[in-house]
Amino acid sequence: MEFVPPVIDYAVVWPLLLVAGMGVLIMLLDLFVSEERIRQWAPILAIVGLAASAIISISLWNSGRSAFSVAGGPPMLVADNFAIAFNIIFAITGILSVLLSINYLQRTGRDRPEFYMLMLFSLGGMMLMGMANDLILIFLALELLSIPLYILSGFASPRPESEESSLKYFLVGAFSSSIFVFGIALTYGATETTSLPGVVAAAQNGTTLLLLSGAAMMLVGFSFKVAAAPFHMWTPDVYEGAPTAVTAFMSVGAKVGGFAAILRIMLVGLPTLGGTWATAIAFLAALTLLVGNILAISQTNIKRMLGYSSIAHAGYILIGVAAAFNNPNGLSAAIFYMFAYAFTNLGAFAVIVAVEHKEGEGVLLENYKGLAKRYPWVALCMAFFMLSLTGVPTTGGFAAKFFVFRAAIEAQGLIWLVLVGVLTSVISGYYYLRVVFYMYMYEGEGQIVMKPSLASVIVIAAVATLLLGLLPGTWFELARQAVFHSVQSLAAGG
Amino acid sequence: MNWILTILTFLPLVGVVAIALMKQPEDGSGDDNIKYVAIATSAATFVVSLLALFRFDATNPALQMVDRVDWIPSWGISYFLGVDGLSILMVMLTTFISLVAIIGSWSAIKDQLKLYYGFMLLLEAGMLGVFLAQDLFLFYIFWEFTLIPMYFLIGIWGSSRRVYASIKFFLYTMAGSLLMLVAILYMGITNGTFSTPDLIAGREAFAHAQNILFIAFFVAFAIKVPVFPFHSWLPDAHTEAPTAGSIILAGVLLKMGTYAIMRFNLPLFPEASYHYAPLIAVLAIIGIIYGAILSFAQKDMKRLVAYSSISHLGFVVLGIFALNDAGIQGAILQGFNHGISTGALFFVVGLLYERSHTRVMAEYGGVWRVMPVFSAMSLIIVLSSMGLPGLNGFVGEFTILLGSIGAESLAPRPWIYTAFATTGVILAAIYLLWFFQRIFMGPPVTETVKGLAPLKRREMGILIAFLLFIFWIGVAPAGYFHLMDSTVSALVNDISRAALALTP
Repeated sequence: MEFVPPVIDYAVVWPLLLVAGMGVLIMLLDLFVSEERIRQWAPILAIVGLAASAIISISLWNSGRSAFSVAGGPPMLVADNFAIAFNIIFAITGILSVLLSINYLQRTGRDRPEFYMLMLFSLGGMMLMGMANDLILIFLALELLSIPLYILSGFASPRPESEESSLKYFLVGAFSSSIFVFGIALTYGATETTSLPGVVAAAQNGTTLLLLSGAAMMLVGFSFKVAAAPFHMWTPDVYEGAPTAVTAFMSVGAKVGGFAAILRIMLVGLPTLGGTWATAIAFLAALTLLVGNILAISQTNIKRMLGYSSIAHAGYILIGVAAAFNNPNGLSAAIFYMFAYAFTNLGAFAVIVAVEHKEGEGVLLENYKGLAKRYPWVALCMAFFMLSLTGVPTTGGFAAKFFVFRAAIEAQGLIWLVLVGVLTSVISGYYYLRVVFYMYMYEGEGQIVMKPSLASVIVIAAVATLLLGLLPGTWFELARQAVFHSVQSLAAGG
Repeated sequence: MNWILTILTFLPLVGVVAIALMKQPEDGSGDDNIKYVAIATSAATFVVSLLALFRFDATNPALQMVDRVDWIPSWGISYFLGVDGLSILMVMLTTFISLVAIIGSWSAIKDQLKLYYGFMLLLEAGMLGVFLAQDLFLFYIFWEFTLIPMYFLIGIWGSSRRVYASIKFFLYTMAGSLLMLVAILYMGITNGTFSTPDLIAGREAFAHAQNILFIAFFVAFAIKVPVFPFHSWLPDAHTEAPTAGSIILAGVLLKMGTYAIMRFNLPLFPEASYHYAPLIAVLAIIGIIYGAILSFAQKDMKRLVAYSSISHLGFVVLGIFALNDAGIQGAILQGFNHGISTGALFFVVGLLYERSHTRVMAEYGGVWRVMPVFSAMSLIIVLSSMGLPGLNGFVGEFTILLGSIGAESLAPRPWIYTAFATTGVILAAIYLLWFFQRIFMGPPVTETVKGLAPLKRREMGILIAFLLFIFWIGVAPAGYFHLMDSTVSALVNDISRAALALTP
């Protein structure tokens, strides 16, 4: 048999190459350049790489290009609008996380260039997750995303909390990866292909028990990644123990990365996937909402609280996923939700980094007492982020919830899930507002550390959250195009 | 676009921005400037609302001065403001009460002034938005938005149990409104539009679910009013809030609930309105009597006024669900009256509290001997709240009772409802006179009372402004009724026709 080299459209690969390449560059420079200089340059290089990647991604908008198509088969890598939307989320997440880390690392004396390198590799994995059109590639992306995160969680070693966090994350992550890869194996056994369109096409000819169990195991693997109940146990511990800058990064990046793959499968399989899955995901969503929101109530450590809150938000995104089974708007709503969540959550974490004046100290809710009097603007922004996470109007968080609920009502038969979402939002109001009333309604003495890089994250996040809240239509239209254009190009390309 | 309503709604935000950019030196030298900016902004807003009032054509039942542009066109969401007979009085009430509350805070609020006045103005913008928005999505945004400034006003500048009261207020209201959001979404999706007039025109599309939709809307509004049994947040919030917060809560925020019932519940779900009218009327009457009895039992004078609000708002709800001209007109006017009278009562209580730092009635007595002019003015306010003929409260209550006794919605025996409601008037006389007697009559009991400082000119001015409305409405209410007349008739015609079409 003659070897046919795959067709490679390098424009598609560039966004990935830039991010991962910049990571390699930082690693190499570390060998040759003085330590002083590389410390200064590593974050700048990382930001440049991410920004360039975002710009190239945007230039591919509406182009529907793809790469690595073997012998005329379906491509392994696609750069449709859907993937581009995710690339942009990841680039934003990356840039904000780098800005948020600069001062944090200097302060804690962990200012080593490999931090940014690991972050870039992980971001490369996330982007690959959104672009992958093949189960093997998704698995590759998942590992590329996760392994740097395991190391980053332990970056504060030898602090025992950080080491514990790293180990826990690694064990659970490895466990979920193995379940996932076993799912791929079963699916391959049932359909004789690993390409997503191929699997979906094979599934149309009738589902077998083998395929069903394969798909179920993949869902479980993803549920671990996005921290959906009942696969969420690791989240609060890992979030609490990891260095705060890393927690910020993974609370958004890892979650959105997991969802990128779930949504991609939904996108490809939209016309054919059956109703049983909708019910399964709806129940998963309801459970996640209840568990996340209820357990968050009693937390006194803000990182832990946001850990549970991130579980809850996975639940809201899952509402969109469940709705997507008979309403493509569900996918758009989920994408919009992740945009709003990324900005709001990173903004909130920037404030947490500022309040955590010494590593591991100042992360209790009590440390927020009296913040409003001494730092009115920081407190105002934090209050705004908390209200956005609650979903109060004029914030991006509200618009996001509105779109998700709307999609679910439109999808018929999911009103019960919307009611769960609505009532758990009320519960979430309690614990988010607790942060606000510690800041505004008590006296306190705490200090914060505010540096320009950190302040820029807070400002960008606040402005973006406000814009998403005031002009939701404009942004949702983009999210809608991201889905519909991709659906069309899929239909055209077969 | 006419712009006037847009300017009206967002003018307070200009003041918010200005205040945010001002410097507040530690020594308090910049404090007065902040207050002046807040007062000027609020006064300017009041003037703009007067302009809107002059341009308002009372003979036209439809929405006027409409501002409408597409916002999220693909989903039929638009930025849509308009005013008609249901809302014009509420708009005036909002701008008036906000101005009074801001002036009245001059000496009461001493710390974090920038934040305080910023939130007051944000609240004003939010409330105006609620009364002017004609698109359900826009309305919902304003409706929820008013929670944020009020939450901070109670939580930061309130008294001892403020944190508990503020969070209870927030969560209670949010729970109700989120259920309404689900209903709004459902209707918006079935009809492809969120604009209220379009939804009313196409209400057949969701008529099959109207009972449940009606309940989702009604509960959200009933919590705000509050209608028994959704009232338990109110005494806490009113009591713990700073004086200006209580004035705005009682004066305007509660009216948002009654206004929204008239604006949305009645025309969107006419058959359901008829269907539930007797049940809601019973709840309203329980509220009237229960609120009055609880008022009587209070030791804290602010709590007494708070419970009296539950009783008074019961009348308003009863009037609405009489579903006839007299009932609804009375309800609107009584809403306005309650804003004036109870706002004034909270101001009176606030003046006393600022001077003696206690709200316990037992520690007062004999204030008349010390502050005769103030006491005489307070007496008129108390009498107005009681519904004495010749003052504003009487006109509203009388019209409501008139409406309820002839209400077809409460058939076959509407007079029973009227009879029970009337007992509320008697109970009001008891607890209010008792309140007045304990605080103002007799000899001065303590040194604090003997040493009460006389009224300042600013405080006197505010009281006179309140009294002006009390007498004006009491003596010549015709002008007020004229403002709402045509819109209310159109509404009543519309819902009774719709309901008649259904009953065989």
